[in-house]
Amino acid sequence: MNIPGDLKYTKNDEWLQIEGNTGTIGITDYAQDQLSDIVFVEVLVAEGDEVRQGDSCATVESVKAAADVYMPVSGKIIAVNEALADTPEKVNSDPYGEAWMVKLQMGNPDEVAGLMDADAYEKYCAEREH
Amino acid sequence: MPEPQLCDISVPGRRGMRYPAVDVPKSELPAGLVREELPLPEISEVDVVRHFTRLSQLNYAIDLGMYPLGSCTMKYNPKVNEDAARLSGFALIHPLQPVDTVQGALALMYELQEMLKEIGGFPAVSLQPAAGAHGELTGVLIIRAYHRDRGDTQRKKILIPDSAHGTNPATSAMAGMEVVQLPSDARGNIDLEALRSHCDERLAGLMLTNPNTLGLFEENILEITEMVHAAGGLVYGDGANMNALLGIARPGDLGIDVLHYNLHKTFSTPHGGGGPGSGPVGVSELLADFLPAPVVTIVEEGDEEIPPLYGYSTPAKSIGRVKAFYGHFGMFVRAYTYIRMYGPDGLRKVSEHAVLNANYLRVLLKDTYRVPYDRVCMHEFVAEGRWADAPDIHALDVAKRLMDFDFHPPTNYFPLIVPEALMIEPTETESKETLDAFAAAMLRIAEEARNNPDILHSAPHQTPVGRLDEVKAAKELVLCCGVSAPAI
Repeated sequence: MNIPGDLKYTKNDEWLQIEGNTGTIGITDYAQDQLSDIVFVEVLVAEGDEVRQGDSCATVESVKAAADVYMPVSGKIIAVNEALADTPEKVNSDPYGEAWMVKLQMGNPDEVAGLMDADAYEKYCAEREH
Repeated sequence: MPEPQLCDISVPGRRGMRYPAVDVPKSELPAGLVREELPLPEISEVDVVRHFTRLSQLNYAIDLGMYPLGSCTMKYNPKVNEDAARLSGFALIHPLQPVDTVQGALALMYELQEMLKEIGGFPAVSLQPAAGAHGELTGVLIIRAYHRDRGDTQRKKILIPDSAHGTNPATSAMAGMEVVQLPSDARGNIDLEALRSHCDERLAGLMLTNPNTLGLFEENILEITEMVHAAGGLVYGDGANMNALLGIARPGDLGIDVLHYNLHKTFSTPHGGGGPGSGPVGVSELLADFLPAPVVTIVEEGDEEIPPLYGYSTPAKSIGRVKAFYGHFGMFVRAYTYIRMYGPDGLRKVSEHAVLNANYLRVLLKDTYRVPYDRVCMHEFVAEGRWADAPDIHALDVAKRLMDFDFHPPTNYFPLIVPEALMIEPTETESKETLDAFAAAMLRIAEEARNNPDILHSAPHQTPVGRLDEVKAAKELVLCCGVSAPAI
């Protein structure tokens, strides 16, 4: 399983990439593997929206289940990945790259401290296995 | 596909029936609705009959074998129900007939309301909702109306355990509520601390399924309903799993304020393709005035010689109609028949045997299929379809392979809190021999998972079509086929 060292992670299996004050959000390799083949992605927020940590920002649907994607941090949306609607399979093939979902201007840097680093997330995933 | 679609066997000019000459004044359709071309299949009657007969023979149904689809209660639907529903006094009436000409039907609806009240422990019932999720929506709209009526408009939060039916969050969102998910504890009960932290002045209610979707009885049910009530909230009960409780425990006595019954699960009316469903709601005294209208009431009391006169009434603060006319009446006849055939003691035996059958299977399988919340279950249990020494095998492969042994697969990948979930509900109507055969098939599949995984990956092998491409089916929807219009 791929868990990049430079990202932050949530218990709901979102990842957050931080560059300056900009955050990029998607779901992890573990999440896509659990969901299996993704057939539908709907981003629920638009550029300019103010969002709070824990708000639902996207819905991901696979042949097995549907799952909400939650904002790991609060802020203002500055970009959404429109291309995912037509290519939901990218969430399976490139969860940390082409399958990013939203970018935001982070509003509260303190929230990052509550997220997991790669080591903690790896342990968290292992706990949920056998 | 072994069976062509109707549009593929269409022949221009062929027809199965001819309409008689028009004997009433003709009225023209509005110009905007008139089409030049309507490419419907053109087929003879016998070819249509053969097509659908062949399709029905390719289908799987409860009349062919065991259907352990967890949370769906796919019990046998007794044929006596069908006899009753076909009585002309029930089958040939119209909902717009004057009430004095349909007193028998109203009497049946009234008595069914009374029986559901007694079974659920509620003082009032409406038969209107068309199915389970519709009953849920009705229930949450009643909760919303109750809070609004008291001017308590800030109560928007609905708590839903992570072991709940997937329809619960959808229902709450549709009713304009805010959904908050509650975690389960290590025994599969609601995490009481998490519940306590959400019991505040914004709490509208809790949606609870008991037994929950793990098939486990909520052990702290009384504490839970008291906690929610103390915070000013109401408790919605999802009655999908009532098949475990008949004659044993009544949701109303457990502190549940509103509950839907699934006549198509617990009370043996046809399910799935044979539906429609029916989802009556029962409510506590507090909510009786908010029930959807109309409900059937006695308008004039009868006596020893004259039966009572039945009619419709609208509760004082009714949320209004939720369904055209009076609900799915044909299902009321079937459910009424079922309840009358069993009687109170028989219904209790139904639940006892449903619980016994599920536990029998659980014990036969649990050493081979891990059961993560391993305690005595109610009418169903959830096992994992995965093994450390067969890493490429998934619950889906087990489910598909079961079809080769002539069993319908269990519900899979639900509830979401169990990885590779296989949710197994045998119901009370299966014999020990059938349960043994099912367990034997499951154990053999577990062996194949190690010794011959390919046979699972490529399953099913004995069905009219093999493994379907679910990704393609989900992404490339083809919802209608048309006969291409001839070139002019």
